[in-house]
Parts: sequence; structure tokens; C-alpha cells
Amino acid sequence: MITYILRRTATAVIVVIGVMLAIFAALHLVYPSPARAVLGLKATPQAVAAFNHTHGYDRPLWHQFLTYINQTVHLNFGESLKQNQSVGQLFKENAGRSALLSGVALVIAVLIAVPLGIAQAVKRNSIFDYTATGVSFFLYSWPIFFVCLVLIAVFSLKLNWLPFEASQATSVFGVVRDAKSMILPVSALVIVSVAAFSRYMRSSALDNLAQDYIKVARAKGLSERSVLFRHLTRNSSLPIITLVGLSLPDLLAGNLIVESVFNYQGLGLLFFTALGNEDYPILLAYTLVGAILVVIGNLVADIALTLADPRIRLI
Amino acid sequence: MTSIGPVDPTQAAAPLATEAELLAEHDAGQVYEQGSSWRLAWQTFRENYFAVIGVILVIFFVLFSFVGPYLYHSNQLTGSIADANLGPGKGHPLGLDQNGFDELGRIMKGGQTALEIGFAAAALASVIGTLVGAIAGLAGGLVDALLMRIVDVGLAIPTLFIILVLAVRYNGTITAFVLIIGINSWFVPARLVRGEVLSLRTRDFVQASRSMGATQWRLMWRHLIPNALGTVIVNVTFQIADAVLFLSTVGYLGFGLNPPYVDWGDQLSDGVTNLLNGYWWEIYPVGGCLILLVLAFNFIGDGLRDALDVRLRRR
Repeated sequence: MITYILRRTATAVIVVIGVMLAIFAALHLVYPSPARAVLGLKATPQAVAAFNHTHGYDRPLWHQFLTYINQTVHLNFGESLKQNQSVGQLFKENAGRSALLSGVALVIAVLIAVPLGIAQAVKRNSIFDYTATGVSFFLYSWPIFFVCLVLIAVFSLKLNWLPFEASQATSVFGVVRDAKSMILPVSALVIVSVAAFSRYMRSSALDNLAQDYIKVARAKGLSERSVLFRHLTRNSSLPIITLVGLSLPDLLAGNLIVESVFNYQGLGLLFFTALGNEDYPILLAYTLVGAILVVIGNLVADIALTLADPRIRLI
Repeated sequence: MTSIGPVDPTQAAAPLATEAELLAEHDAGQVYEQGSSWRLAWQTFRENYFAVIGVILVIFFVLFSFVGPYLYHSNQLTGSIADANLGPGKGHPLGLDQNGFDELGRIMKGGQTALEIGFAAAALASVIGTLVGAIAGLAGGLVDALLMRIVDVGLAIPTLFIILVLAVRYNGTITAFVLIIGINSWFVPARLVRGEVLSLRTRDFVQASRSMGATQWRLMWRHLIPNALGTVIVNVTFQIADAVLFLSTVGYLGFGLNPPYVDWGDQLSDGVTNLLNGYWWEIYPVGGCLILLVLAFNFIGDGLRDALDVRLRRR
């Protein structure tokens, strides 16, 4: 068990180093030196050379890469080109709000998708199952920005029930107090996630329903309620652990779009603004943070799954 | 679970028809027609209504986008600003957009880029992925480990983020988008093909071919890749759907194709400014087309996977 966790962690570290190398390469490919952006287009070649020398952009690539790793390990992501602040500081200010939005949406999505998938499996091939499968398959094909758009069109503009802008409060508590304005952004993320999760849950529950332990539970006279809630739900919920780990890239991407559509001050909106400004340090730093989150998410999911289901232990 | 990166949730999710249903349909004492396994797959595919609807929809969109402009003439070079935002009526079944371009003709042009980029990017990703996967699976050892770590790194970096960063830097043309989306989407097919090749290389017919002196090159092209093709074909359809979604999302965020090219995402982001004015024709027709096209490819992919399952069971 310990060996497995250690080996799994080692692979994760290797992948993170690889991610850093890839992001560093991308940084160099798209953006060799910020000299022009900082000094302006009219800067003399001498000034650019001097800038590059002072900031180390004329050193060999391997040297720059080691510096990059060293800085990243110390959580130094460089300076934003346009916002006159360090990227780390900007992340610190925005991360809480993003985590709140994505976290709440993820929890709600799991709480809806698990019972929905199991109910579909139990009532297999019923009208309810077909409807739910059809709706989730249909919604799965929706780009998330269009989900946001339709939600705004219906609930804000037509019915005038909910605001079309997310909470503008600066603190996390402020956002929580302003829950009404968060209903639409959270719903958009929940809809997209449930569409992806519930199909997976359904097939997992179907697999479990066909297994012997369900027959045994029924044969020994347990009530159907007990079979479903005690036995089936527990066992078929396991894949959701993996699924949550695997869906992190989608969640981050969804978060980016939802934040920019609803103008919610978080990491996604920060990234979106940086796109318009071509503020590469922010863009690549957030891509790196996203990738590291994905690696950690998958690592945690794998370990959690092995703890929950000893049969999966690979060694 | 040793996987690190995310898997495409559509791949993992339940097919529309479950295995048991397919078995009931095809193995219930039915005598198989003589024929190749591909023919059997085709037969299963044909009986799947949703898959057939998907194919019809794709054919419709190809005709609509590429033949449509020859039947329905509209001026897409100069907009008549005076008539901007004109509602649907005589001569303009879907009205005009905010720059005075005819919406219906505009949707056709947007369909062209969506289909071109979707097909080309998916083809590029699948070719790279198949080659890398086949080489990794066949070579094994260090080459395999190295290539698979690259795949892990690629899967860890959230695709939308890196696509956005590159789209900002190399914006505008169809070729740029094919390359940007293609080179960031080959990781899943690479892993799938490697898995197939790993199981195929131990099979008798491959061993026989090897013992008769076939070179690695010949094994790869004659035996491994052709037999892994089914998996690749299923994946290609989902790749197309994803590429269309990526293009529209990037376009919606404002970093899509440059004029004179049109993309649906860009059209939607123009239309959303007029949502408050109630100009529905600038949003819902485009959005509907986008969703239907993605849905069509998802239907086909699902149908192909079921058909392939049947083919594999017979092999």
C-alpha cells in the first residue's frame, strides 16, 4: 500500500516537472522576453539588450529553466505585465472566490448525479430513464457558454428573477451573503457537470446491480430500500471519486467561461482579462497551476480509491 | 488505476444501449449472416436510430454549409449597416445581425469553418495519436515510458487554457486553429491505441507474423494499426465534437477566426450584446446549429462504440 502511494506520488512529481518544461517551452515559443512589453515598442535595441541582461533573458535556456523551476517552487510566478502586481499576489486575491464557485458547484453536481444515476439504473428502460439519459446526453453537447447565455436570457431578462451578474463582493463571505446572484453561475456549472457525471453513474450502478452481492442481499430478505441505500449506493459511488479527479480540467475550463460570462472576480476572469492584454506571465502561471491541480486531483483520487476499495491495490 | 490524466468522459460513460440490451437483440439465438466483422458492426450501427439521426444531421450540415450558399445567395462581404438588426422577414428568413449581414448566410459560412476545422483537427490529432500510441506499444521499454509520460503531461494541462494562450498569439486563420487544436488533442487517442497495441501484440496472428520474419514496421502497418482502427474511429467522432466546441468557445471569448472567416462562437458573442433588445434571431438559430452539430457527432460516436463492441465480441 505504502509502496503504491510512493510510486504513484513519484510519477506525479515527474509529470509536474514535465508540465513545467512544457509550459516553459510554450512561454519561450510565444513570448521569449517581456522587454518590448515593459519598455514599449519604441525602446532602442540597446535598452532591450540591457533589460534582457539584467533579467536573465540572455542566459542559456537550461539556466533559465532552472531559475523558472526555482522560482515556481518558491511560489514566485513573476510579475504581471499590465496589472502592476505580482502574479502570486493576484492569484492569492482571486483564488478563494474561484474555489468557492467551483467547490459549491462540484458538491451540488455530485449530490444530484449520484442519486440520479442510481435511480436511472434501478428503473432501467423506464420512461424516466430514457428522459434522463436523453436530457443529459443533449445537455452534454451544449457549450457551457451557451448554457450561461440561455440561463441569463430566461431567468434574468425574461422572468427577471435573478441578476445576470455574479456577486461583486470582494471577500468570500461577501459572496456567500450575496447568494442570490450566485445561483445562475453555480447552476451553469452544475448543469454541465451533472450531464457528464450521471451517465457515468448510471453505467456504474448497472454494473453493480448485476453482481452477486446484490442478489445475496435480496435473497437474505433485505428490504429493497436497504439493498439500494446500504449496498448499491455505497459500491457504485466509488467511480465518482475517479470521475471528480478526472473532471478537474473540465471544471477549470467551465469555471473560466462562467466567470467571464457572469463577470465574477476569480482566477478565470483574471485569465480572461490577461488574454485580452496578452499578459503572458498570468496566462502561463494559471495554466501551470491548473495542470498541477489536475495532477494532484488525480493523485488524490487514485489514493482515495485504493483506500476505499482494497481490490484495486496494484501492488 | 494507474492513469494520471483525464479521460474523455464520453468514452467512459454508458453507451445509450447497454451491453445486455445489445446481447438480447443480437445473440438471442439469431444465426449470423456470413460476413466480415466490419459488416456486423455496420449492421448494428444501422439499427441504432440515434446514430442514424447523427449521420443524417452531419450530412445535412455539410450540404447546408457548403452547397447552401450556392442555392441561397446573400452578401457576406459588405453588410448593409442601415438595416442592422433587422428582424426576420422577406428576403432575410433569419434577419440581419448587428453589422447588417444576413444571418442565414452567415450561419452557413460559420458551418463551413466549424466542419473544416473540426474534421481537420480531429484527423491531425488521430494521426499523431495513432502513430505515437502504436510506436509506444510496440517498442515498449524506455521509449514507451518516455512517450507515455509526454502523454501524461499533455493530459494534465487543461486543453482549453493552452488553446486559448496559443490562439491569442497565433490568431486568425483556419490552418492556425487546426494546428492549435490538433496538437493539443492527440493524447487521448495515443493512450487508447497504445492500450490496443499492447493487447494485440501478444495475439497469435501477430506472433505468427513476427516468427515469419516480419519487421516491426510491417507489424505496425499491416497488423497493429488496422486492428486498432475501430477504437481510433470511435475516438475521431468525439474529437470532432470537441474541436467544434473548442472553436466556438474560443470564438465566443473573442479570440476566434479573423474576418472574412466566420465562426459560430463569434456570432454568438456578437448576438449576446443584443440579447437585452430581444433580437432572438441573432442567438438561437446559431446556438441551435452548434448544439445539433455537436450532438450529431456524439450520437455517431456512441453508435460506433456499440457497433464496435459487437464486432470485437465476434472477433
